Amino acid sequence: MEVQLRDPKIVMKLSKLGSFHQSKLSFLRSFLKEFKNWKHKKDLFELDENGHGRAVYSLSQNNRTYSLVCFANHIKDDERSDRVIATKWDTAFTLHDGVPTKKDLDRLYNDVPKQEVGRLSFKELTLSRANKSLRIFNHVVESLSKGKQPDKNKLMEVGYLYRTTAVYGSGKFGLADRFRIKNRDEICGPFRLEMMLVYLVREFTFDQVNHIAKQKNPKKAVALDLDICRNLGIGNSTGLGMAPFIVNHPTLLNNWILAREISLKKIREIENIKDNDFKLFKKILKKSLKNISSWNTDSEFQKKKIFGLLKDMEKLINFINKDFNFKGKYSFNELYLWCEKNLNDECIEYIVSLMMEPYDNIINPLIKKMSSDEEKHFNIPTQKNIENLRNILENNYSEIIKIDFSKKENNQNFWFISKNKEEPRLADRYLDSGSELEQPLAIARDIKILYERISNKKNSLSIGKFLMENNDLRHVVRRAFISENFPYAEIQDNTIGSKLMPIDMLRLKLSFFGAVKFDPRSDKWLRICMFQGAPLLNDLKSLDDEWIYNTLNS
Amino acid sequence: MISLSEIDNTVKRASKAVGFSWGIAEEVGKSISLLEMFGLPGLKNLNQYFKAYKNKKFQNVSLISKTNSSKISYCPIISGINFLDQVFTLNEMIEIDFENVAFPILFIPFLSKSSEIVGKKIFLKIDERKYLLNFNHSIFSNHLDRDVLEKAKNVKIVFIENENSFSESEWNELYRLSKETFVDESEELKQTAAGAGLTDND
Repeated sequence: MEVQLRDPKIVMKLSKLGSFHQSKLSFLRSFLKEFKNWKHKKDLFELDENGHGRAVYSLSQNNRTYSLVCFANHIKDDERSDRVIATKWDTAFTLHDGVPTKKDLDRLYNDVPKQEVGRLSFKELTLSRANKSLRIFNHVVESLSKGKQPDKNKLMEVGYLYRTTAVYGSGKFGLADRFRIKNRDEICGPFRLEMMLVYLVREFTFDQVNHIAKQKNPKKAVALDLDICRNLGIGNSTGLGMAPFIVNHPTLLNNWILAREISLKKIREIENIKDNDFKLFKKILKKSLKNISSWNTDSEFQKKKIFGLLKDMEKLINFINKDFNFKGKYSFNELYLWCEKNLNDECIEYIVSLMMEPYDNIINPLIKKMSSDEEKHFNIPTQKNIENLRNILENNYSEIIKIDFSKKENNQNFWFISKNKEEPRLADRYLDSGSELEQPLAIARDIKILYERISNKKNSLSIGKFLMENNDLRHVVRRAFISENFPYAEIQDNTIGSKLMPIDMLRLKLSFFGAVKFDPRSDKWLRICMFQGAPLLNDLKSLDDEWIYNTLNS
Repeated sequence: MISLSEIDNTVKRASKAVGFSWGIAEEVGKSISLLEMFGLPGLKNLNQYFKAYKNKKFQNVSLISKTNSSKISYCPIISGINFLDQVFTLNEMIEIDFENVAFPILFIPFLSKSSEIVGKKIFLKIDERKYLLNFNHSIFSNHLDRDVLEKAKNVKIVFIENENSFSESEWNELYRLSKETFVDESEELKQTAAGAGLTDND
């Protein structure tokens, strides 16, 4: 039986993309699998009694070493801010290519804590900073220094000791350009170096908290229980800076979504599900109930989503227990079709992720196809003609070209780059100034303009000749031809409409990172958690791939 | 050191700021980072061009012919983009001449990309400076100064047919040498090689 890939016009709607969850394809899970056999070392740990100083952690294999360089600084409580406009942080990090020399460390000491206003070199690969979750951090230090373990319930409310507020890579602030490292097999998957940085930062947070407690009370202090450590991740505050990424990298976006869609298609095409595979699916489904119940948020929007997800999961479990026969033919297909008919997107997409769990044989080859050499697809095929372009627009953008952009609500917002922080922002076109400096992120509107512009052009006119008079639409002509070969390259929604929920764009990207515990703080930024439940560096060799569904004591 | 990714982004934004469309600005960003990667003074030339762009008029060629001349200097960006867009037609012309091109270094990356697209090396002569553009993989030149070149009187572009750069006898000499690594096969081994024992009409 052949199952069709899901229609991009449905999958690529923002409300659907905003319901995606982590899966076996997610980058932090792939990263751990790919690096589990690498040697790890704490090369330097020079912190004072308050935990301030420098440390270096490394991962090595054969002749390759990646080193996390950490700087922990004193900052006043009123200087601590997760906003991107902050200028001081509790800690600052960079991932250095190789083993840093003393000279490198001194250079980095001057620049890494400055973050965006510092300068890095081609020897550095990623850059980040993090702030303490103060009440959790202090509670842990207090408890450990008194010889006690911290209150688990308190820890689980937050889920981490530190949260990062940005992780930069790919040539920002002088960091190494992608072309310098793109041929390295071990980091060919997307965002591997960013994941490595965050994972090693997590290890540093445990060493630092233990160190401070020990310094505070050398005789009584105990180390943080390893099970507790495993169930603490790294938090992250993420805002609109992340949203344009998925518009600006169409082939990469396609490759992420396509991997997910091919996985689902192949799983639905399995004729007979093995007992063990279905058992694993059911086991993780049940574990998920407990795990999801630990997702805390004050956001009404997210509370509704979590509540709906839990309700739908119970409905699904009931169905599986009472009416579902997994021994029938193509039973995952049957289950998926039942989900589509009876559940909401949030749960459907959660189940899609869960269905992947038993199938390393399907997922692993796809993980290798999730990167993209974007330059290869940049040139416009100018020898093609208007007929080709019109067909692409009518086939791939059929919903988009129906949008009426003469209506105010469909034109409500515009994307711009903030002068203060050089970060993307969203503003109201009718209330805020600056729309004349709009970024080229209103793809739906510009595609519609392109469609109207070619309406009276001859089919035989070449794209090269069309562009001579229409270079103002060059950016969308390029995109249209990309979408011809990359069906999931384009968001099938209006990114400037009044109903836009920017966190849907963030959520999509974060789900591919492998983030959990989405906690929206508004419709424009949210907090998440990464690596919660993940093995520690010392456990990495015996990695259990189900770690992400663990909760403390489960 | 400023990374190529920073150059790409900043140039893209600067190009939009001086008045180019976003689609063209994207091309300029990639082109300048390409020039810098090849070690040619892209950023320097672009900076000077944008200063001149604010006060002077430049010619925007649209349909490129075999010979192109104008009293007003050609804009290297629009000319470059038009060249790229019309490259399949221009390839048929083999040789194309421009007179009076402003900041011609900025024209180079578009020709370099064109070389990749049509799969032919391109020979470029900017007055006395010579460049060989190799499928967008490398640029070979007799001129390595990193100066700003404000204008070129004559720019000649030649599409080079895919032909050997060596003679047949030079090739044969080398091939004979390579054969010295081969081993004579015994009769028995010949009998068991792929296809042996079958007629080819089965």
